[in-house]
Amino acid sequence: MSNKKQQVSRRQFLNYTLTGVGGFMAAGLLVSPLRMAIDPVLKHSSSGDFVNVGISVDEINDTPQRIDWTVEQVDGWYKSEPSRSAWVYKDENGDVVALSPICTHLGCVVSWEGSDQHPDHFYCPCHNGLYTKDGVNVPGTPPLAPLPVYEQEIRDGILFLGNPIEREGA
Amino acid sequence: MLQKVYDWIDERIDITPIWRDIADHEVPEHVNPAHHFSAFVYCFGGLTFFVTVIQILSGMFLTMYYVPDIENAWKSVYYLQTEVAHAQIVRGMHHWGASVVIVMLLLHTLRVFFQGAYKKPRELNWIVGVLIFFVMLGLGFTGYLLPWDNKAYFATQVGLEIAGQVPFIGEQLRILLAGDATIVGAQTLTRFFAIHVFFLPAALFGLLAVHFILIRRQGISGPL
Ligand code: HEM
Ligand code: FES
Repeated sequence: MSNKKQQVSRRQFLNYTLTGVGGFMAAGLLVSPLRMAIDPVLKHSSSGDFVNVGISVDEINDTPQRIDWTVEQVDGWYKSEPSRSAWVYKDENGDVVALSPICTHLGCVVSWEGSDQHPDHFYCPCHNGLYTKDGVNVPGTPPLAPLPVYEQEIRDGILFLGNPIEREGA
Repeated sequence: MLQKVYDWIDERIDITPIWRDIADHEVPEHVNPAHHFSAFVYCFGGLTFFVTVIQILSGMFLTMYYVPDIENAWKSVYYLQTEVAHAQIVRGMHHWGASVVIVMLLLHTLRVFFQGAYKKPRELNWIVGVLIFFVMLGLGFTGYLLPWDNKAYFATQVGLEIAGQVPFIGEQLRILLAGDATIVGAQTLTRFFAIHVFFLPAALFGLLAVHFILIRRQGISGPL
């Protein structure tokens, strides 16, 4: 046998094939576990359906009022009905606005005119956070972003709300 | 009797050299608190390992009662805490040990840092040590959720939000940890349990093995 043809030795050939086959087997073993672990990241979150929150548009005026309702939540194999809340009112154009009450600072619950000293504002009791009526945070108070706004739909004069959508800081 | 058993085994598989390799070596004078009391600073590495062993043992026994299910997790911890003889002590060991282990780890790190023991040729072991530190933080973070009380829930909420702040991959990382895009719930608890009880301890064992093998190879750094 001429030396030129034998560029890969028997030993090298075996090394390469065994490493290759071993690598394939290891990869094959790992694919499913890894895919299983990252499944939540790749699952498109079933963006929440709109839910009847039990208030008709007629009942909403220009003063924010708090409404509570429950949603059906599916957490893997666990179904529950957690409650949701919103502050709803009609703006100058008569359009319904539904704000999430969850403070964008550290997640306490805000209320409309929750403090005597701050009329016409949403007030957070935890660290004196303030938001104007449109839910925009007042600069100089702890929250750095406006209150999220619920997606909404009006069907036959009844208010339906979806997910709260976060907004960029003021 | 014991000597006979030992001899019987040793005759067949010659374990003495293995045993010598692992444990039979001199403690250098400068590391021995009996010679210089100030050498007690060398104990913190061993103490960290000691508390880690306690965490592993107490954790194994807690797992006999604990269930990672949002309906029952809290109840199972409450049950073992109130109804099972001595389980309060075992949970106490695990609960306090989780903090003590971090303190020991920090003291050990301070000693290595201020003695400059991380310098050549021991840079690799410093790196391994930092990885051990991260694994420990991970164990503390994932374990904290397991009792599924209010404190656990909201601490995890905050922790997940911090994970979400990581540049570029934050959102994916948060979902990967939480097991759901919006909910901290049933899938978060099972995930954290698996990470706490299988994934991170496995990583910890590997890192500790490397840490100790490196110490045996390189020896303890010399006196100052
Ligand atoms: C260095 C290692 C470890 C650290 C730092 C650690 C940390 C923690 C912490 C902070 C908690 C919450 C305890 C509480 O709030 O009372 C916890 C709970 C728990 N850990 Fe660990 N852990 C470690 C290793 C392990 C191992 C190896 C296992 C199992 C084999 C384990 C099983 C558990 C279980 C079942 C619980 C829930 C019971 C309870 O909350 O009391 N842990 N761990
Ligand atoms: S949580 Fe609302 S101001 Fe801090």
